Amino acid sequence: MIAIIVEDRCTNCNACVVVCPTNVLDAGPGIPVIARQLDCQTCFMCELYCPHDAIYVAPDCDHPVTVDAQAIAGSGLLGEFRRLHGWDEWADDPRFTNEHWQMEQVFLRARAMAQAGNM
Amino acid sequence: MSRCQDDLLELTADVLVIGGGLAGNWAAAAARRAGASVVLADKGYCGTSGVTATAGPGHWWIPPDPADLRETAIAARRKSGFGLNDAGWMARTLAKTWESLPTLETYKFSKDEKGATQYRALRGPEYMRALRQQSENLGVEILDHCPGLELLQRADGTIGGAQGIRRQAGGRWRVNCGAVILATGGTSFLSRLLGSHTNTGDGYLMAAEAGADFSGMEFTNYYTVAAKGSTMTRSMSYVFATYYDEDGEVIPIPAGLDTSRPLAAALLKGRVYCDLHKTPEDIRAKVPIISPNFLLPFHRWGIDPYRQRFEVTLHGEGTIRGIGGLRITGDNCETSVPGLYAAGDAATRELVAGAISGGGNINSAWALSSGQWAGEGAARFASSVRSRAPGRPIGQAGLQPDSAHTIDLRGALAIVQGEMLAYDRNIFRRGDRLLRTTRLLDDLWKVVSAHALGEGEGILRTRETAAMLATARWSAASALARDESRGMHRREDKPETDPRFAGSIVSGGLDAVWVNSASSQKMELAS
Repeated sequence: MIAIIVEDRCTNCNACVVVCPTNVLDAGPGIPVIARQLDCQTCFMCELYCPHDAIYVAPDCDHPVTVDAQAIAGSGLLGEFRRLHGWDEWADDPRFTNEHWQMEQVFLRARAMAQAGNM
Repeated sequence: MSRCQDDLLELTADVLVIGGGLAGNWAAAAARRAGASVVLADKGYCGTSGVTATAGPGHWWIPPDPADLRETAIAARRKSGFGLNDAGWMARTLAKTWESLPTLETYKFSKDEKGATQYRALRGPEYMRALRQQSENLGVEILDHCPGLELLQRADGTIGGAQGIRRQAGGRWRVNCGAVILATGGTSFLSRLLGSHTNTGDGYLMAAEAGADFSGMEFTNYYTVAAKGSTMTRSMSYVFATYYDEDGEVIPIPAGLDTSRPLAAALLKGRVYCDLHKTPEDIRAKVPIISPNFLLPFHRWGIDPYRQRFEVTLHGEGTIRGIGGLRITGDNCETSVPGLYAAGDAATRELVAGAISGGGNINSAWALSSGQWAGEGAARFASSVRSRAPGRPIGQAGLQPDSAHTIDLRGALAIVQGEMLAYDRNIFRRGDRLLRTTRLLDDLWKVVSAHALGEGEGILRTRETAAMLATARWSAASALARDESRGMHRREDKPETDPRFAGSIVSGGLDAVWVNSASSQKMELAS
């Protein structure tokens, strides 16, 4: 579930409020408010659409997790998902090209390994 | 044309699409290209809602030449579909998919090492963003955070619109139109399946209230593995998985079979653990840029899945990677109610998938194709209907109770989930247990239907709960009626496939659920 919006990174653009498919966030007087945390479906979409890497979603989907803002800010995890996707400002980075098309080959490799008795 | 008064946003259009996922956006695009004005209403945000946005959909993708490629694939799928799918629908779907994907100008397709453009498999978030862009470019009016609650029916019984609430703007919305397309997805009964929590079967309930019926609802027993406590049901990396029981013994998984049955059997005995140590090194290096979300939970938990064991669970997929949905009565994905169309997971996928899951590829190809056929059909239907006068709202459960009493919605959902997701009830099915399930859910429906009344934000939860309960009832009744094992539907008490059940199981009804199987006709044909 969404755990934290890091205040000193957030610019109050409210992109996360708009794109959250389950309407977890409310626009606040300052940064958005995690108003309905238990409705979070742990899909990480808010991280992808946050232009400032200010959101951290904990992978735990059954219960809220409390995280320390400073620890998260120093963890390198903020913005990781966005980078791997080659999203927006990362679109032309050769390290993060979209290799999704190779998935079929991975399945075929696994099948070949199984048939050869290597699994 | 729009009016806004008494906190009601009222719009007029030729076609209304409910649902803004893969099928909904292709439907909206096709209706616009056919000349219709289109409103698309999404429960969440069109672009992140639904199960495509969090996944990586491949498509059923076979070149037209040489012709025997498609013929061979269709023949193979006819065989594995156990007679429930149709060669004509499969051929249409392959052709539509092949011609459509290259037209998606808003998606940046990858190229392989030889420079060949790769159209077949797209990344979910990028795909959905591109589809939203395509809809916007074509002039579709998108209503975000506007769940539909009920259909509007004209005096002649045809469907002429829908209405719902505006979750973020406040107030209500209503669209008066010529025809409605349901692209509301399937439902996983709020299992923790990635991206599925907007998909609560709303369209099924709305359609049933209009008198529409369903097909293939017994096929709701597909499960996907995930690290326990996570939503990460991305299956690719698990092809290299080794599973262990609590004693550290390897759980044997027969090659090529559905892994969920042996895993579910092990999970019924105790905890199950997994590692991915058999993953080749070169593939490990690529996983983050093939499926960027797969490693997020492990990375954030400080687990190396290639070296350390982690606990796993199975998340139920309900009608998402199940097969059933609204019965399709014509080439343009008409339902049994005039003016109402169904696309994607809201519709049955038996026509292309048969009795086994359409997995990623066939389901995506179906969503893209059925969406466009529905869009074309709805545009044509709308042009034959002059009036855009508001129809009568026909929603009942949660909206028009006999007498309002407080209903424990969480408790009701827990009962539905218990019957529809529990491994022992739903994977290892038995007639006596299914009979008990149908009776329990019938009793629950009587209470919810008679007394539940949603107010404010609670109105959506109430309707969602009613929709999942109704869906569970058609599923259980159909699973009981299919008194055999076929494809993914396995009955422990009836392990053999019975030729009398070679046809589809059709179901419907709200106050009284009914089931018809085509088996009697099939028997005559066979003799």
